[in-house]
Amino acid sequence: MSQARHPGLKLGHEHDPGSGEVEALVFGFWIFMMSDLLIFGCVFATYVVMLPQVADGPSAAELFHLRGPLIETTLLLASSVTIGFALLETKHRADKRRTTLWLAVTFLLGAGFLFSSTHSLLGHLENGAGPSRSAFLSAYWLLVPLHALHVAIGCLWIAVAAAQVRIRGFDWVTTGGLLRLSIYWHFLDIVWIGILSVVYLGAMI
Amino acid sequence: MSLTDFIDALTGRMTLEALPFWKMVQNPTPENIVNGAIATGVAAILVLAAIAVLALLTYFRLWRTVWFDWLTTVDHKKIGIMYIVLSFVMMLRGVVEANFMRANQAVGFDGGFLSADHFGELFTTHGTIMIFFVAMPFLSGVINYVLPLQIGARDMSFPVTNAIGLALTASGAMLVMASLLFLPFSIGGWTGYPPFTGKEYSPDVGPNYWIWAVTLSGLGTTLTGINVACTVYKKRCPGMDFWKMPMFVWASVTTAILMIFALPPLTVATAMLALDRYLDFHFFTTDAGGIPMLYANLFWLFGHPEVYILVLPAFGVWSEVFATFSGKTLYAYRTLVWATLSIAVISFLVWVHHFFTMGQSAGMNAVFGIATMLVGVPTGVKIYDWLLTMYRGRVRITTPMVYALGFVMLFVIGGASGILLANPTIDYQVHNSVFLVAHFHNMVIPGTLFGMLGAYSFWFPKAFGFMLDDWWGKLGASLWIVGFMLAFFPLYAVGLLGLPRRSVAYSEAAYTPYTVVAMLGALVVLAALGAMFWQLYVSIRNRDALNVYAGDPWDGRTLEWSISSPPPVYNFAVGPEVFARDAFWEEKRAGHAYQIPDQWEDIELPANSWLAPILFFSSFTLTFGLVWHMWWLVILSLLVVVGALVARSFVIDRERTIPADVVREEHLRWLKAVREAPSAPRELEVAPGNWGRPQSEAGVPE
Amino acid sequence: MSHMDKIDESGGQMESRADERSSYLRGGIASVVLTVIAVLAVVSDVLPDWAAWTTIAVAGILQAVAQLHWFLHIRLHGQAWEDLQLIFFTILILVLMVGGTIWVMGDLTARMM
Ligand code: HEM
Ligand SMILES: [Cu+2]
Repeated sequence: MSQARHPGLKLGHEHDPGSGEVEALVFGFWIFMMSDLLIFGCVFATYVVMLPQVADGPSAAELFHLRGPLIETTLLLASSVTIGFALLETKHRADKRRTTLWLAVTFLLGAGFLFSSTHSLLGHLENGAGPSRSAFLSAYWLLVPLHALHVAIGCLWIAVAAAQVRIRGFDWVTTGGLLRLSIYWHFLDIVWIGILSVVYLGAMI
Repeated sequence: MSLTDFIDALTGRMTLEALPFWKMVQNPTPENIVNGAIATGVAAILVLAAIAVLALLTYFRLWRTVWFDWLTTVDHKKIGIMYIVLSFVMMLRGVVEANFMRANQAVGFDGGFLSADHFGELFTTHGTIMIFFVAMPFLSGVINYVLPLQIGARDMSFPVTNAIGLALTASGAMLVMASLLFLPFSIGGWTGYPPFTGKEYSPDVGPNYWIWAVTLSGLGTTLTGINVACTVYKKRCPGMDFWKMPMFVWASVTTAILMIFALPPLTVATAMLALDRYLDFHFFTTDAGGIPMLYANLFWLFGHPEVYILVLPAFGVWSEVFATFSGKTLYAYRTLVWATLSIAVISFLVWVHHFFTMGQSAGMNAVFGIATMLVGVPTGVKIYDWLLTMYRGRVRITTPMVYALGFVMLFVIGGASGILLANPTIDYQVHNSVFLVAHFHNMVIPGTLFGMLGAYSFWFPKAFGFMLDDWWGKLGASLWIVGFMLAFFPLYAVGLLGLPRRSVAYSEAAYTPYTVVAMLGALVVLAALGAMFWQLYVSIRNRDALNVYAGDPWDGRTLEWSISSPPPVYNFAVGPEVFARDAFWEEKRAGHAYQIPDQWEDIELPANSWLAPILFFSSFTLTFGLVWHMWWLVILSLLVVVGALVARSFVIDRERTIPADVVREEHLRWLKAVREAPSAPRELEVAPGNWGRPQSEAGVPE
Repeated sequence: MSHMDKIDESGGQMESRADERSSYLRGGIASVVLTVIAVLAVVSDVLPDWAAWTTIAVAGILQAVAQLHWFLHIRLHGQAWEDLQLIFFTILILVLMVGGTIWVMGDLTARMM
């Protein structure tokens, strides 16, 4: 049985009591993520269907600018790399301090993302582009906040995971948790590519 | 803040009108009195039943048992049993509601005795309950109980998650039950189509109940699906490669995959409906660009795979039942596997047949009509495989076989009516009539429900260590079959005559004879339920004579029959290894069954967890608060949910160890009992005196 | 340390920390490059609409693949194959659901015009 198969994290020896469990946990978590991916898929489909349904409200082209989304893209991408670094410290050095440090950096990047995206959402709200204005805006206000909600949950999870590393050290439960956390976080980045492309870049064409 | 503000915040949108008798007291018209009396009576029965249960538990000092052995358990067997108990309780309600509807339509010429709203609530709760809280928990329960035993595992991959799945499903069921005390439930049907269920046309809280109940059930189902898939992938015993898995395992894992991939569109659709209702979004409204048709599309993206989630586990059960009671190996196992897998894939390709009449182009309807007819092919393959399994076998007619034979004949009829409906031109004529009602009940009762009841009679002796009384069992099964035919065959005819579904009344006297027969059928079904409960009572009373502790009452073929009945908590004293598909059967044939292991090891099992019961209560209060806009309750419950999850992640997983000595002693005691049990020939299979040690036919050439 | 620590299950040598670090960096750089390409395709305003859409789509898909490869270490061989099968099946269903929804709803809207 391998533990190296998921994001490059080797947890210990073959007969480590926890390794089979971690393997199952990670596989189960993959399945869960796939189900979540389909949720996003349906929401994306809704967004595309609703694009022309602007009623008397603003359309995508009138509403969106690239600055905010590009900042958010940068933050999220950077955080994908830093969470990878956190895992490397776990894997190669079992270094609590460095692991939590990189987790903290990831947390801050995630918080920055949330700040920026909340800022632009509030801006839309002030301009009268809230979800009640049109079906198109409803779809927008479902898709983007749904992703942001995932990021917020991810931030909470990072905090909990860091606390666990500090308190419990690297047993198979915490390392298994970190492994799943990193999958979750990378997954959010992949979904964001979709949002950037379909919502924001699409609006520019 | 004044006192009234405070009370308003406390009660949200709930007022005295929520009470079932309020309208009748305020405005005692004859119609209000009839409907109010029924609603009040039902609510009173519910309250009294709850009080009785609590009192009995207290009187017999069972609270410790309930908490430690059941509510906090993570044992897949107990979880399975609880699912099935939940399902039976809800089934009782569903069938009683069906009887009310049938009675109302029997006198429905120019108006029945129910008000339109009351009738609407009845078909909505009936449909919702039967699908989400009868069929789904039943099949989850059977899979939970049987699957780990069949693959030689000690538990599911994620025992705590498993318990949470049950907790969420049960709290959804409780929410539907709560709607009997605090009215109203939705009247929008089990499909909950907007714009009717949107806030413009349904400003009351009814659809909220529906949304949250379905959401809870959906979450629980997704968790179950992930768990089952992972268990089959990771927990098979040595030697069991994919092509040695029993057919029921194949059916379960395919179902699990459907659960994982089919639930998301439903979650999204109901979430969007909730946003429309709570936060003034405009997905499905008639103004501001909303598109109600999108809801239908998303709902059926879920809905069609859902019907295969319902029926595939039953197909798995039939495969076991036909093989066991024909004393033959399953005919064409591999084609059955391929048929199962292809049904799963095709089930994602046909959803449009549920709304042929919505207005899309004829070409598109043709595509989906043809795709739909294709499903008949793998299903037909299965039917032939089961028939050929019986061919030249020594077929024994036991209770599960009565269900199985009823299934084969009725399901083919239902399938034929489905092929008719798959033709868009015909569908245009009969859609939304009770012809459709007849069709889907014809699939779901002989298919799913008979499958689950067959599973219940088949595996009950495994779970509890004694047989179910065969005479009452056969009576129950026959009543189900006859009752079904009386209740639904007339609907085909009266549907063709034009009676629309969901009608509280009609103005065509010619319909009445049919609806009267249908009502009699519903009564027969009620009697069938009665026979089943009586069977249970009789069997418990005679449990000593019906004892099958030795574990193999049916001359079984797969691993679950190779252990004691009921199985020990750890399932297998020593982890099994298999060399053949009918693993236990082959062992019996080779004379290797019931060997004494030469090595004993301590067994580690996951310890109980309080997480599931906490989530059960808090998800109920959370959704109840959401239904009635009691925001304080929502926030409080959310805090509990998140707090419990976070706290749990800090708890170091405890395991409890069962020492090797105990395992050895238990196992030897059982082996001794096996040796001492007189072995029963198959003619005595269902008589008292089948001690669970068959005079096996495994030695006899097939 | 036993030899087990150095051997990865796919049979190859387990990568060193520096190698793995550079894998994340490579993934990061690839993502940046692809994002820039997609952004340029729309803001430069030289491409016709269909070409801009195609560029965005291709860049987006490539970026998803790049992240799966360098961040999530999904490979075509070894144990990660099981995960990849899962991903492929998910993509199949995703295409059916998203494509199907857009097709059906598109048809309906067109007929309402
Ligand atoms: C036990 C015998 C049963 C009887 C007598 C019965 C009777 C009925 C009746 C009278 C209706 C309303 C038909 C109408 O709209 O005119 C109905 C609807 C329905 N039933 Fe049953 N039923 C039974 C079992 C089941 C089972 C086992 C299931 C599913 C597992 C089920 C699922 C449904 C659904 C989904 C609806 C549609 C509700 C709606 O219109 O939204 N029923 N049934
Ligand atoms: Cu269908």
